[in-house]
Amino acid sequence: MKWDEFFVTGDPMIYGADVSIVLTMVGILFYLTKYKKWKWLWDEWLTTVDHKKLGIMYIVSAVLMLFRGGVDALLMRTQLAVPEAKFLDSQHYNEIFTTHGTIMIIFMAMPFLIGLINVVVPLQIGARDVAYPYLNAVSFWTFFIGAMLFNISFVIGGSPSAGWTSYMPLASNELSPGPGQNYYLLGLQIAGIGTLLTGINFLVTILKMRAPGMTLFRMPMFTWSSLVTMVIIIFAFPILTVALALMTFDRLFGSHFFTLQGAGMDMLWANLFWLWGHPEVYIVILPAFGMFSEIISTFSRKTLFGYKAMIWSMLLIAGYSFLVWVHHFFTMGSGALVNSVFSITTMAIGIPTGVKIFNWLFTMYRGKIQFTTPMLWSLGFIVNFVIGGVTGVMLAMAAADYQYHNTYFLVSHFHYVLIAGTVFACFAGLIYWYPKMFGYKLNERIGKWVFWIFTIGFNVCFFPQYFLGLDGMPRRVYTYSEESGWGPLNMVSTIGGFMMGIAFLVLVYNMYYSFRFAKRETTGDAWDGRTLEWSTPTAMPPFYNFAKIPEVTGLDHFWRQKQAGKVEKLTANELKPIHMPSNSGVPFIMASFFFVAGFGMVFDWMWMAIIGLVGVFGTLIYRSFEYDDGYYVSVEEIIETEKISK
Amino acid sequence: MANKTAANEHHGFPWKHLIGFVLSIVLTLFALWIALGTDLSLTWILIIIFGFAFLQAALQLLMFMHVTENSTKSNLTSRVQIGNILFAAFVAIVIVIGSVWVMAAGHAKHDKHNHAPKTENHENHGSHGGGSEHDSGEHGSHE
Repeated sequence: MKWDEFFVTGDPMIYGADVSIVLTMVGILFYLTKYKKWKWLWDEWLTTVDHKKLGIMYIVSAVLMLFRGGVDALLMRTQLAVPEAKFLDSQHYNEIFTTHGTIMIIFMAMPFLIGLINVVVPLQIGARDVAYPYLNAVSFWTFFIGAMLFNISFVIGGSPSAGWTSYMPLASNELSPGPGQNYYLLGLQIAGIGTLLTGINFLVTILKMRAPGMTLFRMPMFTWSSLVTMVIIIFAFPILTVALALMTFDRLFGSHFFTLQGAGMDMLWANLFWLWGHPEVYIVILPAFGMFSEIISTFSRKTLFGYKAMIWSMLLIAGYSFLVWVHHFFTMGSGALVNSVFSITTMAIGIPTGVKIFNWLFTMYRGKIQFTTPMLWSLGFIVNFVIGGVTGVMLAMAAADYQYHNTYFLVSHFHYVLIAGTVFACFAGLIYWYPKMFGYKLNERIGKWVFWIFTIGFNVCFFPQYFLGLDGMPRRVYTYSEESGWGPLNMVSTIGGFMMGIAFLVLVYNMYYSFRFAKRETTGDAWDGRTLEWSTPTAMPPFYNFAKIPEVTGLDHFWRQKQAGKVEKLTANELKPIHMPSNSGVPFIMASFFFVAGFGMVFDWMWMAIIGLVGVFGTLIYRSFEYDDGYYVSVEEIIETEKISK
Repeated sequence: MANKTAANEHHGFPWKHLIGFVLSIVLTLFALWIALGTDLSLTWILIIIFGFAFLQAALQLLMFMHVTENSTKSNLTSRVQIGNILFAAFVAIVIVIGSVWVMAAGHAKHDKHNHAPKTENHENHGSHGGGSEHDSGEHGSHE
């Protein structure tokens, strides 16, 4: 392979990206060296097993990926703004919509939610860390390395271009030659390991590490939604793992699972992909539901309406989510019976979702609503998500779907559910729990600007796309003719897209502004909250979270304690030494070996893949013989930590 | 805390894991040999390797995945365990039977040039109510 096949060449934008990547790297290395931050970086972040720090790293990565995926989106919208534009060629456009979709789902939405789950859930259940802190670090680093492997594709070797769904035979060696598609397979495979481990970790954490008295039906709704999400992850992700492995065999080792030759079944890929892919959309929406439940309840000053109905509807959704996958490919032509069955299951899954919507509305009914920014995002969610849900039911009708399929109607639908659901939740949750993570709130005034610019931009961008779709505009086309008449609505849509981009920049500015000027929180209860994460005496909990594990007597325990004026003050004589896990650099090193292995397989350099895998197994063996039971935090240290903070 | 007690329970050599590991490799190699090294008909190869697959799954559950584990302290554990196993069975059945059903019904069948009995064919075509969709190759690949 020559160097000009190794590096992507020929496009001035790519050269620009090359330069900016090199400059950023040099800048970071310079900063770390000049201010002697290397040891800090290693001790505090790269080797940490603290769920709060891992959560923050997840969120920072997700925001970076939101930027990357957002730039992809703006490039696409620029190309589509006018008919027959020459801004991007078709191959480049294909690569961009592929990376946009993959990054936004796998490397933005999931890590953003998992990051918030990491920060919040152990605090909500009154635990000092997750069940397997070391495994948690492995989860983060495999996710991060998978994301980086996928992201370098656009400057080294070329990006995948078969869509985020990577249907066969389009994704085969014949139709997608080169390393691009391998980046997709390996990047997702490595990141998928992390997700599966997170699923197991938090399932065990929530089942086993709740504070005394917190029965399952006393758990906060966000914890419940995380629990259900983890169950879906555990059962859905193995399907993706297997499907990706089979396609990797097809591409690298000449097997015929999904190929056109050798009796392969190309549509079996689509079938397996969506067997994972549909539960996946519930993986990214259920934690969002949980966050909105918390926020709406907090800012309506009321207990969540229909707590049990919420839980049962989530459990129903978890079961149903495995029964609807064919609605993604009704037009394959499985016949009337198959399509009808999946049409009905798809409409049925709307029922528990509807139940939840009404529960949120009834929670607000006669509540004392405070229009804080997290609450604004939650209200915006209800309105916009319902638009997405209603068009989802339209798409669910198999006969009608033949008309909507692969048009902008579908594109608009899933952006309405994923942005108004997941992205709104990520913003709402980030703002809501920001004081828990950083000790101060984001500025509310700027935050409201972000909300309005983003929400208006979102509707300006995607609402016209429903009509473009009904007018026949197919998705994934890189340009269209003047005569089609799609020009004006596309221009409107592009303007909306850029408004969302501006809102993102204002959000980032808000982070900077609040870092400089926001008033620091003096208590742990920034929003007059209801659940245990707000009960820590300091704004940011110490690394062991709770000096004394709280005892829970019911739902919204902390809120009821406050109402009764019975918030307990900690006394020194009830303290005991706290057992905490030790930091470890092994997860980071293991993930680095995964990168070597993945990179080798992407380019079919088996020697490199073998070196990487040997390294991975080496770190696993090393860990097996490591007898580190953690350490104890002495009572004196706890007293000191708690006092300093008071 | 939890880590410490767990660590203390596992002493001695992990024979169970080693035996499970060796047996699962043996089963895999045996399946490979059946598929590549024998002259059995396709049907028999499939039956035998499917059998091995079930054995393999049972082995994994027994040797590595604590399927027999039961806590006497709380009945939550056993309820969660049963719920998990039932849900796993449900998902496995949906994946396997669902996939076979979806992939074998309707036009998907034509992709494999599989000449199924006339009656079934009739049913599938009737459902579309039109003759314009016979070009199944296009359908399969475009979706």
